[in-house]
Amino acid sequence: MEQLVFDPRVLMASLYVFALAAFLGYQIISRVPPLLHTPLMSATNALSAISVVGALVMAGRENHHEVSTWLGFVAVISASINVVGGFLITDRMLKMFKREIPSKPAKKGSGK
Amino acid sequence: MNLIEFTYLAASILFIFGLKGLTHPDSARRGMLCAAAGMTAAIVGTLFKPEIVTYQWIWIGLLVGGAIGAAMSIWMPMTAMPERTALSHAFGALAAALVGIAEYAEHGSALGRVKVGALGFEIMLGCLTFTGSLIAFGKLYGAIKGTPITFKGQNLFNMTLLAVMIGCFLYLVYDSSAAIAFYTMMSLGFCFGVLLVIPIGSADMPVVMSLLNSYAGLAAAATGFVLGNNVLIIAGTLDGFSGFILSVLMCRAMNRSMKNVLFGAFGAVSETAAGAAAGEMREVSLEDVATQLAYAKQVVFVPGYGMATAQAQYAVRELSNLLEGRGVTVKFGIHPVAGRMPGHMNVLLAEANVPYSLLYEMDQINPDLSQTDVAVVIGANDVVNPDARDNPKSPIAGMPIIEVDRARSVVVLKRGKGKGFSGLENPLFFKPVTGMLYGDAKSSLTSLAQAVQEV
Repeated sequence: MEQLVFDPRVLMASLYVFALAAFLGYQIISRVPPLLHTPLMSATNALSAISVVGALVMAGRENHHEVSTWLGFVAVISASINVVGGFLITDRMLKMFKREIPSKPAKKGSGK
Repeated sequence: MNLIEFTYLAASILFIFGLKGLTHPDSARRGMLCAAAGMTAAIVGTLFKPEIVTYQWIWIGLLVGGAIGAAMSIWMPMTAMPERTALSHAFGALAAALVGIAEYAEHGSALGRVKVGALGFEIMLGCLTFTGSLIAFGKLYGAIKGTPITFKGQNLFNMTLLAVMIGCFLYLVYDSSAAIAFYTMMSLGFCFGVLLVIPIGSADMPVVMSLLNSYAGLAAAATGFVLGNNVLIIAGTLDGFSGFILSVLMCRAMNRSMKNVLFGAFGAVSETAAGAAAGEMREVSLEDVATQLAYAKQVVFVPGYGMATAQAQYAVRELSNLLEGRGVTVKFGIHPVAGRMPGHMNVLLAEANVPYSLLYEMDQINPDLSQTDVAVVIGANDVVNPDARDNPKSPIAGMPIIEVDRARSVVVLKRGKGKGFSGLENPLFFKPVTGMLYGDAKSSLTSLAQAVQEV
């Protein structure tokens, strides 16, 4: 059963995690080149859909109110849209970034 | 139980590796594979939690959501990327908000003060990001007009609303059983999201998108505090910071403060100091431009949102291929806020098979422009407006620009003689080096390619 009141030690540990993640995030993300800013946004979007973890529990556990299960169900849908959609579209984008195009593609009669 | 915690730890590490991969285009796909594996691990781990008793809604939810997500990402055209991103901010925020609402409905007053505090953040950020992102989607999609929507006393009204919402939040922390305070806070969050985004003009969308990205992440992180789950805190914080860094970068690229973007209602303001640039715009013929391009040593293309709306990225690629075939050095100069979201232009050009070694950032391309024979501006306006550099009274004074006017010759592809989204006059169009080529960017570029072949 999850804890309803924060144990102060757990709270402290969570704050540590938050602070370190913030620092690490700052360090990594400021190195992402502007070239990849759109994929970065869709990738982090997929990551933040990790709230699906909470939604799954909400949709599957024994709730006091039926409405909680329904809210959880809708949350599972919207979070998994982001998980699947976010990773797929990020990959679709990243696939397009190429340093050089291997040998001039003879496309639609371009060139001579 | 411990095994589940372990999957969360593995997921957190894989997420960080995933983002690390994004620091270079060559490692990016591998990185994202890591992150996706982490996500799968976290989801599978959660399914084994002992609290879960019925799986029916879980499977249906995962299947339905997964199918919608897959369909959206497979069939959505790349030009719709800003809209898709706005929608996904909305979904992410909605998920966090709903989990929070259900958590309160279940435990309400039994929650300790710290948890209620975290829950409050989750609800406020989740709700306002949800509606705010929907409005942003509407603006990008064109369902809501892109110009700022303002009314008298707007900022005062918004501030009051925000104050009441925070008041409810504080009261809730004091007395967690006050359900009225909770639901008032929630409703105000939904309203505030709408009010926050409607006064923001389309040209400022990159900042708004980044901010909403940040809020959606922080809402997820707050969920982590409520549920006492570290992987949520880590992933949410990474997202929150990513969005925050992007919005700071975007603001810097416009030389504006966050406050000015959010509350300035930019673009609705009457131009007081700007109208000075007058003179004759010089129209040039297609053949003229084709000859210039064909005999140039170096050509720089500067794309803007107009390239996206005209879907002209393939036509640009075609033209640049031809020029390269003739031995012309072709480069693309990309302003950080060109388009409607960070990196918008890069994605479109990559889609059209432009190798990223040809894409140059603003600071890299500017020193190069004085050695450039022809700079071709495709549907960009404010990002090449020399007023930002020369006229301290201009509303965009101080904004770093791509200095195309330093090139020997400038060609501006423009749909009509109207002003840009910000409503500012652009003196670039009146300079002697500048030639205007009116018409739809895509067909202009296609005809240019043909004309170049005939030179």
